[in-house]
Amino acid sequence: MNIVVCVKQVPDTATERKLRSDDNTLDRDAADGVVNELDEYAVEEALKLKEAHGGEVTVLTMGPGKATETIRKALAMGADKAVHLSDDALHGSDALSTSYAMAQALNKVGFDLVVLGSESTDARTGVLAAMLAERLGVAQLTLANKVDVDGTSITIQRITDYGYDRVEATLPAVVSVVEKINEPRYPSFKGIMAAKKKPVETLAIGDASIDPSQVGLAAAWSEVVDFAAAPPRAAGTIVKDEGDGGAKAAEFLASKKFI
Amino acid sequence: MTVDRLLPDQDAKDLIDLTREIADKELARRVDEHERAETYPDGLFATLGGAGLLGLPYPEELGGGGQPYEVYLQVIEELAMRWAAVAVATSVHTLACFPVHAYGTPEQRERWLPDMLAGRLIGGYSLSEPQAGSDAGALTCKAERVETGYRITGNKAWITHGGIADFYALFARTGEGSRGVSCFLAPGTAEGLSFGRPEEKMGLHAVPTTSAHWDGAVLAGDRLIGEEGQGLQIAFSALDSGRLGIAACATGLAQAALDEAVAYAKERQTFGKRIIDHQGLGFLLADMAAGVDSARATYLDAARRRDAGLPYGRQASVAKLVATDAAMKVTTDAVQVFGGYGYTREFRVERYMREAKIMQIFEGTNQIQRLVISRHLAK
Repeated sequence: MNIVVCVKQVPDTATERKLRSDDNTLDRDAADGVVNELDEYAVEEALKLKEAHGGEVTVLTMGPGKATETIRKALAMGADKAVHLSDDALHGSDALSTSYAMAQALNKVGFDLVVLGSESTDARTGVLAAMLAERLGVAQLTLANKVDVDGTSITIQRITDYGYDRVEATLPAVVSVVEKINEPRYPSFKGIMAAKKKPVETLAIGDASIDPSQVGLAAAWSEVVDFAAAPPRAAGTIVKDEGDGGAKAAEFLASKKFI
Repeated sequence: MTVDRLLPDQDAKDLIDLTREIADKELARRVDEHERAETYPDGLFATLGGAGLLGLPYPEELGGGGQPYEVYLQVIEELAMRWAAVAVATSVHTLACFPVHAYGTPEQRERWLPDMLAGRLIGGYSLSEPQAGSDAGALTCKAERVETGYRITGNKAWITHGGIADFYALFARTGEGSRGVSCFLAPGTAEGLSFGRPEEKMGLHAVPTTSAHWDGAVLAGDRLIGEEGQGLQIAFSALDSGRLGIAACATGLAQAALDEAVAYAKERQTFGKRIIDHQGLGFLLADMAAGVDSARATYLDAARRRDAGLPYGRQASVAKLVATDAAMKVTTDAVQVFGGYGYTREFRVERYMREAKIMQIFEGTNQIQRLVISRHLAK
């Protein structure tokens, strides 16, 4: 089975994240880049599927040159090879144009199954899996917390408020995963060393037949018009409990219309 | 605080990054709970082994990491910064692999080392006895030759990972005198081997230390490592390396105490300013930093000598002495920086101070280190 895992480099959520003042896009130099956490679960699931069914795991990422660090991490975990879609023309792409560019790259690379995290910690749109499936004309199986493949049929389990849905489809398909699906492995030291020798193919937009007029900031359907830092938190109210603490807490909650 | 390390190459930097990631996620998050409840962290050593951290200074052909001591010890130090007991057990495991690697036959190495170095088999080191600690030559545990191998009878003491480890580097007497001790690779499940109740220790609570009772257990002949009578030579050559491991543990522990103390001293205000800005406290912290840095420099010097194939026994003893005394002083001073809070179990520095004490005692007391150093001087 030819599995492609889409991974994204995101700014570390533990550090302060900023937007750029010149074009209102993410300032990727302001914070350390790390693998989007849910994508690590996607890599783990892809590796498990490969271990169970054979085949190959290819990592696909779209991002600037720095994103190679993220590719190395996925390769160190055990993926076989990587494709890095990187082109200045892609800067500022929104979810729609990202899905277009990624779909073009996926068509070039070829796949039986595409696995990705259900959302990223930076943009948090959570729509890429659905958009990719639509563009690729294949089944979408989103928010999976369990994946089973049997021949060419694939079944996922999706947790819902009332229990879970079982969703079945025929390969090829796109699956997005949630964090309950597995426990991502750590890379091993040997894996890190081996990753340095694994092939990474870099694609510019022309290599993936991506129309430059459909990507980048200019082609984006959504636009960040303005942004501001979150206001500092106002000082809290300290209530001294003199036997009436419960009543005072209730009064406070009522004043905020919580109760 | 992240220690700015001088490392030989990119591979070593990647290894330290991996160690930090695992140590932050698996050690730092679990340490308080396990040290307080005195419970063993199930599965943790399997994780460390899976990541390749349990066989770092051994050859890659046998499943090790092929790393010089200079790098391996800094990994131990990073572990110790989060969890001293785990770092100590990792150092002991690495030490327990030493006899088979250095003195085993090619068959013995191929049979056991890959599983040991991958951490699928966890090792303990069993040299001490109730009446034979510093004076290891006084050990009395017997290994009698029988038709199928060696029958082991006697008592061993102070075994890190006792009762949990899968194998023990065991030293027992096959004859008289200092040339009458032999080394064995004993399985933890040997029939006739039982373990005492875990010792009630001052610190390092999460990994048990036990005695072992050998009641005529028979070890197959191929469990003898090296020649009969070569045991003490093996034990002492292993200990030079083991002392460096403990020096690295002590340095990591001291670094952790310094980090906690500095963070607190920047936050805590008295007389209208941060306590770090009072010269009395600032100088105390400066001395602590000097203690940590000199501990690190000293063990790294010994490690680099070892890596270069130079004699390093004296330097290993100096490193163990300097680093563990520094850890005791730095952790004690960290409690001082915290004042009354430092004396409570709310804060980690209290635990650090308890953990530092054993470092001056095990793998050769600091008095034994001075003996080794002074004998080198008298040569």
